[in-house]
Amino acid sequence: MIEVRDLNVRFGKVHAVRGASFTVAEGESFGLVGESGSGKSTVLRALAGLVTGWTGSMSMAGCALGRRRDAAFHRAVQMVFQDPYGSLHPRQTVDRILSEPLIVHRIPDADQRIARALEEVALPRAVRFRFPHQLSGGQRQRVAVARALIAGPSVLLLDEPTSALDATVQAEVLNLLADLRAARRLTCILVSHNLAVVAHLCTRLAVMQQGEIVETLDEAALRGGRATHPHTKELIALSRDLDGTG
Amino acid sequence: MTPLAEIRGLHVDFPGSTGWQPAVRGVSLVLGREKLGLVGESGSGKSVTGRALMRLLPPSARIRAETLRVAGTDLLTATPEAMRRLRGARIGLILQDPKFSLNPVMPAGEQIAEAWRAHHRGSRREAREAALELLSQVLIRDPARVFAAYPHELSGGMGQRVMIAMMLAPGPDLLIADEPTSALDATVQAEILRLLDRLVSDRGMGLVLISHDLPLVSRFCDRIVVMYGGRVMEELRAADLHAARHPYTRGLLNCLPRLDAARQRLPVLARDPAWLEGP
Amino acid sequence: MSAPFSREWLLSDAPESRRQAAWGQRYQAWLAFRRNGLAMAGLAVVLLLLAMALLAPWLATHDPGAQNLGVRLAPPSATHWLGTDELGRDLWSRLVFGARITLGMVVAVVLLVAPLGLIVGCAAGYAGGMVDRLLMRVTDVFLAFPRLVLALAFVAALKPGVESAVIAIALTAWPPYARLARAETLTVRNADFIAAVRLTGASATRTVLRHVAPVAVPSLVVRVTLDMSSFILTAAGLGFLGLGAQPPLPEWGTMIATSRRFILEQWWVPLIPGIAIFLASLAFNLLGDGLRDVLDPKQR
Ligand SMILES: Nc1ncnc2c1ncn2[C@@H]1O[C@H](COP(=O)(O)OP(=O)(O)OP(=O)(O)O)[C@@H](O)[C@H]1O
Ligand SMILES: Nc1ncnc2c1ncn2[C@@H]1O[C@H](COP(=O)(O)OP(=O)(O)OP(=O)(O)O)[C@@H](O)[C@H]1O
Ligand SMILES: [Mg+2]
Ligand SMILES: [Mg+2]
Repeated sequence: MIEVRDLNVRFGKVHAVRGASFTVAEGESFGLVGESGSGKSTVLRALAGLVTGWTGSMSMAGCALGRRRDAAFHRAVQMVFQDPYGSLHPRQTVDRILSEPLIVHRIPDADQRIARALEEVALPRAVRFRFPHQLSGGQRQRVAVARALIAGPSVLLLDEPTSALDATVQAEVLNLLADLRAARRLTCILVSHNLAVVAHLCTRLAVMQQGEIVETLDEAALRGGRATHPHTKELIALSRDLDGTG
Repeated sequence: MTPLAEIRGLHVDFPGSTGWQPAVRGVSLVLGREKLGLVGESGSGKSVTGRALMRLLPPSARIRAETLRVAGTDLLTATPEAMRRLRGARIGLILQDPKFSLNPVMPAGEQIAEAWRAHHRGSRREAREAALELLSQVLIRDPARVFAAYPHELSGGMGQRVMIAMMLAPGPDLLIADEPTSALDATVQAEILRLLDRLVSDRGMGLVLISHDLPLVSRFCDRIVVMYGGRVMEELRAADLHAARHPYTRGLLNCLPRLDAARQRLPVLARDPAWLEGP
Repeated sequence: MSAPFSREWLLSDAPESRRQAAWGQRYQAWLAFRRNGLAMAGLAVVLLLLAMALLAPWLATHDPGAQNLGVRLAPPSATHWLGTDELGRDLWSRLVFGARITLGMVVAVVLLVAPLGLIVGCAAGYAGGMVDRLLMRVTDVFLAFPRLVLALAFVAALKPGVESAVIAIALTAWPPYARLARAETLTVRNADFIAAVRLTGASATRTVLRHVAPVAVPSLVVRVTLDMSSFILTAAGLGFLGLGAQPPLPEWGTMIATSRRFILEQWWVPLIPGIAIFLASLAFNLLGDGLRDVLDPKQR
């Protein structure tokens, strides 16, 4: 479904992603972990077409991706951003934010679709006409998920969808994502620094360090601690330590 | 020893369309030179309590308290001038939404240097040196580049670390850290907490760590206060967290995904309206 | 269920429809605005002035152009409520009719300047690169000339009159708005919420007009209201030089300009239009300040 070959991203002198390659099968969830600043968000942004200075090749459903993306791409691929405080327009109500993709893609029945989308992410109907600053962090992130899903995408790029959320809401959002993935056969790429979250949702993952993918492993290997690269080993050891299971 | 901060009976309300909406309902806390963890679910009033200690709430908010005292200053009667001196110099607040709180059109390093210069007398050059030093203390690999980068050119975790550096720059007595490490991976998180720990033990700083990460708070802090619906549910020693009795605290602990074992579904918290009345 | 447009309907926490939500938001904005006493005073004065302009033929006691040299420079009295000017024309009637011209000019200038500055500034800030540099150089060129001189050149090229004064003032007044709009745009162009809009596949035009520009509107509103008095004065300056509103049109600025030599003996003659200009500017200022707070949902 998604194939990335030798992706390089440079911002001026900064070489943010160095030769990353990976593939994701249709309906699969792929995790991307690594230290802060290692280029995880940049990989997602390049896939989404939000950064321009990249080289290498990316393809989705067999079609190569160019610099400019067409309407069909924007309908098929959506992203949830890292920071729920920055990703919702501060002057627009939730209703307005959710109707934007529908207007752009000329999808009818906006009223019912929005109501259904809010229901899907378990938000009460009362939030529909609120502004983002009237919502808590967890509610905002669910609005962002609803926006990503409303035009019926087949690929979802999730950038730390739960890192700003508390444990109870994180559990709600993770359950929601698991349900949606099963119900809609979504292909997901999930970025997180929390290995437990990645292990919960993904079947395979890649570990990044300073812009390079240093190791790709599957869920069982991650849970079993059978990593080969020292950076991966360190990450696993630290997570266990914090979990209190080390 | 006099406590660094003392809150007694704090109430904060926001104007809603149908009267006052309470956000904090009678919180009492005493903080010495220690590490206090403030945990609770989203919307439980953690950030509002932290902001009340800085008097950084929107003007529409109504604040009532029996005592609200920080570093010997009574916040209920302090003049704006006194508050300004207190903020930054004596108290620092690491905000929850770092990239959103940084000035988007000013290089990150300049913002740190400015915070440093506001409370240390020194030249531009010294401020720059100090800012670079702080950036490397929060484990930024390439301080010179990050110094000159605009906030949108930083990764999520870098923005968070810039915010931390900015708040440490004036050398505060009391630091309120609102989710300071939520976007950081375990390695950097551990290092930053070590840095904060050193500041608490060497300089005798007081720290309020607001977080939703219970395991982290229990390892790092001395004392934990659990909030729900604007009230304090229970207060316990960090080491005793696993023995927490309140069903809300237990629920919080229960719904974490784990690395050692796969779980089909994460249990979500069933909330009991009675929690709002007790204990 | 409460009846439409009742207080409960408007203030409902969970509106049933978009229409109810929209009206509810307007009502809440109004409630917030109403709490601001100064802004309400500003609104009242602005409405009064507008009413005065609209009802001028009924409010005026004399023909604003009729001269009566027998009663030149008369002090206020029962027949001439505010006195007369140097040609014996009734000041009250001139003031009332002048409101039409002066307020009309100001409103026309604002309607031209604010959208132009907003679009140019937002486009430049959002596009960046070459487009930005080009548009900003153009604004710099306009900014480099003193406003009155540039306006003079424009009017001299056109034919003197109210319309050309409006166009001239508008042409010289837009660059600061473009700069302001650009500065506001720069603070949001890299924000994730704009990236999210781009990701839906919205066109650049749509992104700028529907998502970027609204962020810049509140500060522009304030700037516009602060500039109103200077528009009136520039119009007066042009009138004084014989390039704006032509005598005998009763434009407030022109009225001051022609009567300023009587300021020591018959001080009320220039003072009365002066008070009108001052009141109008102050009212617009207060109104703008109140509007800024209401336009930002976070401040409510
Ligand atoms: N627009 C930009 N201009 C310049 N440099 C950038 C830009 N965006 C990202 N970078 C740089 O690219 C590198 C990778 O950033 P990225 O946001 O991908 O990190 P990340 O892995 O998501 O980290 P985190 O976990 O902290 O969010 C960083 O060094 C960052 O400073
Ligand atoms: N400016 C405001 N206006 C109105 N209500 C507000 C405002 N700020 C906060 N609130 C409300 O106060 C309550 C407590 O919010 P607070 O930000 O303290 O939560 P929190 O415990 O920090 O949650 P999170 O973990 O999501 O950050 C929430 O219900 C919120 O909606
Ligand atoms: Mg990131
Ligand atoms: Mg908070």
